[in-house]
Amino acid sequence: MLSLFVIPGHDRRLIPEGRLSGPMPWVIAIMIFLMVLATATGLAFAEAGRNVSDQLSSRATVQIIQANPDLKAQQANDAAARLRGMALIEEVRVLPSEEIEELIAPWLGQTAGIQDRPEGGSLLEDIPLPALIDLKLVRPAGKKELEALRAAIKPLAEGARVEPSSGLIAPVISLVQSLQWIAFGLVALLAMATAAAVIISARAALNTHKETIGVIHLLGGTDRQISRLFQRRIALDALLGGLLGLVCGTAIILLLGMQLSALGSGLVQSLGLSWYSWLIIGAVPILGMTLAMVTARMTVMGALRKIL
Amino acid sequence: MNEIVQFENVGLRYGAGVETLSDLSFTLYPGSFYFLTGASGAGKTSLLKLLYLAQRPSRGLIRLFGEDAVTMSRERLPGFRRRIGVVFQDFRLVPHLSAFDNIALPLRVSGVKEKDLTTPVAEMLDWVGLGDRAEARPATLSGGEQQRVAIARAVIGRPEILVADEPTGNVDPEMAVRLLQLFEALNTLGTTIVVATHDIHLLSKVPGAQMMKLEKGGLSDPTGSLRNPPLPRDRA
Repeated sequence: MLSLFVIPGHDRRLIPEGRLSGPMPWVIAIMIFLMVLATATGLAFAEAGRNVSDQLSSRATVQIIQANPDLKAQQANDAAARLRGMALIEEVRVLPSEEIEELIAPWLGQTAGIQDRPEGGSLLEDIPLPALIDLKLVRPAGKKELEALRAAIKPLAEGARVEPSSGLIAPVISLVQSLQWIAFGLVALLAMATAAAVIISARAALNTHKETIGVIHLLGGTDRQISRLFQRRIALDALLGGLLGLVCGTAIILLLGMQLSALGSGLVQSLGLSWYSWLIIGAVPILGMTLAMVTARMTVMGALRKIL
Repeated sequence: MNEIVQFENVGLRYGAGVETLSDLSFTLYPGSFYFLTGASGAGKTSLLKLLYLAQRPSRGLIRLFGEDAVTMSRERLPGFRRRIGVVFQDFRLVPHLSAFDNIALPLRVSGVKEKDLTTPVAEMLDWVGLGDRAEARPATLSGGEQQRVAIARAVIGRPEILVADEPTGNVDPEMAVRLLQLFEALNTLGTTIVVATHDIHLLSKVPGAQMMKLEKGGLSDPTGSLRNPPLPRDRA
């Protein structure tokens, strides 16, 4: 690839170069900008899905459903004690009632737990909330292991339910994966559009320099010599446009990243980019340039083959 | 004497029209000087295109430097084209290159190093009387000057065959004689020269040159040189 950029100056002059004077670098800059954004979106969704999945696939929740509050507390403590002794369990935490009230506050309102009723007590006291035990597992549990957990708790709490956390968020993960593939699909479409723009540009350049190419051909110039001139020109245009697109795209990503961090909630906050995602994004202009170069070469060689 | 070009029953047709060239059979020998004459539209330029490999014939056999040029693969054509110098009727100078760069073009295409081409190109510019116009673009040169640049470009690579299409068409008679002397000088160094012209007065300027005459796409052989190898020109 390096040989493209070290063509002697006199050879380069065979086809006049007007970098940044034509629309090509700007078209590629826009394409690369959009590709950078789409790539970043796809990678961010992929990482978010992976992070959330990793975090939740090794967690489970035990619900103790019991109307009698004292018995419920007793069963929760017994179940917790039993679970602590199991090899699969790394950490067991019985959620205090205040934390459970906080969890349901978005649905019942912040005042649900306040003792403000004329007859005494709060709204929450009338709702038979289950006791919750948060489990951190040493590894993601399979079906059989979850069954073993249920079997271990059942003698202590008849109405206990064991729910893997991954099951709760599965539709969200599925949505995130869909968004991820849509983003990567957009990258592929943009790459195809870039290739199409390069084909049009290469054909226009060939047409403009038809006479010069004809002379070089008749003086013994090879297809390879001629196509190298076009490849180099288009590669430079693509590189310049690509770098411009990368800079703009990166600025937008950083700005969005700051805004997302400020939201500070769950899945949205996990929409980050790791160093290897940044590497992939940084490689987009290089890939764009390679794509443009290969497309230009194929277009020019194909056109030259049509003449003797 | 080994032939350098051999045509056997060559015909050329553009599209579905009538044949522009019909049943051409002749042989060109190394170191000879040929004039190709004929009225306008007789097919001179078409015949030259076949000679400098810009066109393949519709039928017949062409042997060039001992090889079949009709079925030759595209990949091999550049190597053969580098052995042929061409002066185009319309010059075909590259408009954005200087006279120097236009003349240097065949050497650069052949991969001659930059340090090795400055002297021969400068000498060639002097040879055609354009030593002081090296940096001039074609658009700033007169028709005659452009023609001389085109001739210099055709001969710079010391081709084995020089094909010239009306090379004296745009120059004054004095310059025409000088250019023919240049061709003769090249010819004495062993280059086969084929000059297409409708100016029959030129023929007398090159003693010993052979004449081919095209009429309605067919070839006549007034000097008989196409049937028998011509004598070496220094003995003619």
